[in-house]
Amino acid sequence: MTAAQNTPMDKAPVIDFDKFKPTRSFIAARKRKDMAMRVLIVLAFVIALIPLISVLWTTIANGIKRFNLDFLTHNMTGVVGGNPTPSGGYGGVLHAIIGTLEITLGAMVISIPIGLMCAVYLVEYSNRGKLAKSISLLVDVMSGIPSIVAGLFAFSMFTILVGPGSTSGFQGSVALSLLMLPTVVKSCEEMLKIVPGDLREASYALGVTKQRTITKIVLRTALPGIVSGAILAIARVVGETAPLLMTAGYIVNTNFNLFGGQMTTLPVYVYQEYSKLNANCPAGADASCVTTIPMERSWAAALALILIVLILNLIGRIVAKVFAVKTER
Amino acid sequence: MSSQVKSAEPVGGKTADKVFKGVAYACGILILVVLAAVAVFLLFRAWPLIGGDQQANSETISNFTGGKASNFWTYVGPLLFGTVLVSALSLVIAFFISIGIALFISHYAPKNLATVLSYVVDLLAAIPSVIYGLWGGLVLVPAIFPFWNWVATYLGWIPLFAGPAANPSRTVATVSVVLAVMILPIITSLSRDIFLQTPRLQEEAALALGATRWEMIKLAVLPFGASGIVSASMLGLGRALGETMAVLMILSPGLNYSFKILQASQNQTIAANIAAQYPEANDLGVSVLIGTGLVLFVITFVVNYVGRKITEKASA
Repeated sequence: MTAAQNTPMDKAPVIDFDKFKPTRSFIAARKRKDMAMRVLIVLAFVIALIPLISVLWTTIANGIKRFNLDFLTHNMTGVVGGNPTPSGGYGGVLHAIIGTLEITLGAMVISIPIGLMCAVYLVEYSNRGKLAKSISLLVDVMSGIPSIVAGLFAFSMFTILVGPGSTSGFQGSVALSLLMLPTVVKSCEEMLKIVPGDLREASYALGVTKQRTITKIVLRTALPGIVSGAILAIARVVGETAPLLMTAGYIVNTNFNLFGGQMTTLPVYVYQEYSKLNANCPAGADASCVTTIPMERSWAAALALILIVLILNLIGRIVAKVFAVKTER
Repeated sequence: MSSQVKSAEPVGGKTADKVFKGVAYACGILILVVLAAVAVFLLFRAWPLIGGDQQANSETISNFTGGKASNFWTYVGPLLFGTVLVSALSLVIAFFISIGIALFISHYAPKNLATVLSYVVDLLAAIPSVIYGLWGGLVLVPAIFPFWNWVATYLGWIPLFAGPAANPSRTVATVSVVLAVMILPIITSLSRDIFLQTPRLQEEAALALGATRWEMIKLAVLPFGASGIVSASMLGLGRALGETMAVLMILSPGLNYSFKILQASQNQTIAANIAAQYPEANDLGVSVLIGTGLVLFVITFVVNYVGRKITEKASA
C-alpha cells in the first residue's frame, strides 16, 4: 500500500486487494474437487478393467479344460448326449473352424476389392465433390448397421434371387461382407490419404498414367496399412454370430462346400452349445459321461475364437507398425 | 517382365486408365447401391406383411405372442420400447465411464501408459459379442444378483427399481450392464480422439491462469469436445440398438411396456426377438420378423446418420 501513495495518481481509489484474495477454504475446495475428479476418472478406468479381465480370465479358465488336440481335430458327428466319442473326446470344433475360415475368406474376397476401389475413388478421383461426401457419410452410417439386419438382408436377397431354402456358407459371406465393407473403406481411405502427394506428382511428371501411378506408387506405398486394415476388419467379422445364425445355419458334420449346404462357424457353435444347457446321461452311465459337457465345449470354442481374434489383431498391428509408410507427418 | 512388354507399347496405358477409373467410380457408387439394396430387399421380403392377407398376418403374430398382439404395430411397439429402454440404460451406464477413461487416457495417464490403455480399449472392442453373451449368461448373472437384490431392497421405492429382484437376474438391468461394456470402447475411442485435438494453447492458458487440472478440462477440453461426445454417444447408442447375441443369451423375454428393470420377463429387443423366433418361424412369420428388422434398420440408420452429421459439422 505504501507504493501506491508515492505514485502521481493521488486520487485513485484505494483498492483493497485482500478482498479479492481467494480464501483458504476456497482454494482447499478447488483442490478437493480436483482430487475428487481425479479419483473418479481413475475409478472409471478401473471399473472398465473389471469386465475385461473377468471375460478373459473366465474364458481361459473354463475353456482350457476341454481345449485340446482332440477338440480341435474332430467335429460333432457321433456325439450322443454326454458320452465320449470313440476317439476319447467329446466332440469338437473342426467343422466350425473350417466353416469360419471359408465364410470369412468369402467375405474377404467380396469386400476387400470393392472397399479398396471405393477408397481409391474417394481419395484419388473424387476431388471432394458432393457425391464423394455423401458416399463417405453413408460409409460411416453403414458401419452402424446392426449385424442382424445384415443377416436378414442376405437371407432376403438369396430367397428372392435364388429361391427359398438356399442356406449356404456363401450367404453368410455376403452378410459378413456387408459388415466388413465400411471398415475396409475407412482404413484404406486413411492409408491412401497419408501417402505423400510428392510421390504422385513425381510420377505424373514422368508421364505415368493415373492408373499406373495409383497401382504402382500409391497402393504399393500404402500396402502395409491396407493389409493391416483388412486384417482388423476380418477380426471384427470373425466373431459375428447373429447374421450367420440365419444365413449359414448349423450342422454337426464338416462341410467344405461354401456354396451348398449348411455350415457351422465358431461363434454359432458357441451359441448352440450354450443353448443346449445340459447333455443327457443314461441312468446307468459311468463317470465318463459328463452332463455339463455342452457348457464346457462352449467355453472351449469361445477360447478358440478369442485366440483367433486376438492373434488376428496382433498380426494386424504388427504389420501396421513394422511396415509403416515413412511420412513426414 | 510385364513392365518390359508394357513399355514397348506406351499407348496401352490409356484404356487401362479409363477402365480403372470406371471401376473406381463403380465401386464408389456401389456403396450407395448396396445401402439401397438392403432397404429394398428387406421391404420386398416383408411385403406380405403390408400387401398380403391381413387375416393370416394377425394369426401369425398371435402365434408369436401367445395371443397378446394381433397387429404388426402392437407387436413391434413393445419390442421397440424394450430395444430403446435397454440401449438407453446401457448408454447411461457407459457414458460417464467412457468419458472418464477417455480423459484418463488423454489428460491424466503418462504417455507410455496411455498407449497401452488405448490398446486395452481396442481389445475390449475386439472381443466377439457371443463371448460377452456367454460371460454375461454364465458369470455375470449369478454374480450380480446380490447387488440388484440390494438395489431392489433399498431403492425399491423408485419405480425403475421396483422389486423383487429376479433370481437368476436375467433382466433388463443385467443386459444393460453387458451392453454398456460392449459400447464403452466405441465411445471411449471416439471421445479420446476428440479430446486429444483440444488446442494446446487453450489448455496451457487455462493452466497459466491457475486453473487446476479438472478446471482446465472443464474450461477447455469439454466445451471443445462437446459435439464429439454427443456424436460418440449416438454411435454407441446405434451399436447398442442392434446388439443381438448378448441380449439373446441373457435376457428372459417378455412383451410389456414395463420399466421394472430388475424383474424378469418384462421386455425384449427387436434384434434378439428376430434371432429367437427365426428358427421356428414359417414363411409369413419370417416376413413379420423382417418387418421388425426393417424398423430396426430405419432407427439405427437415423441414429447413426444424426451422429455422423454432428461429427461432420464439428470437424468442418
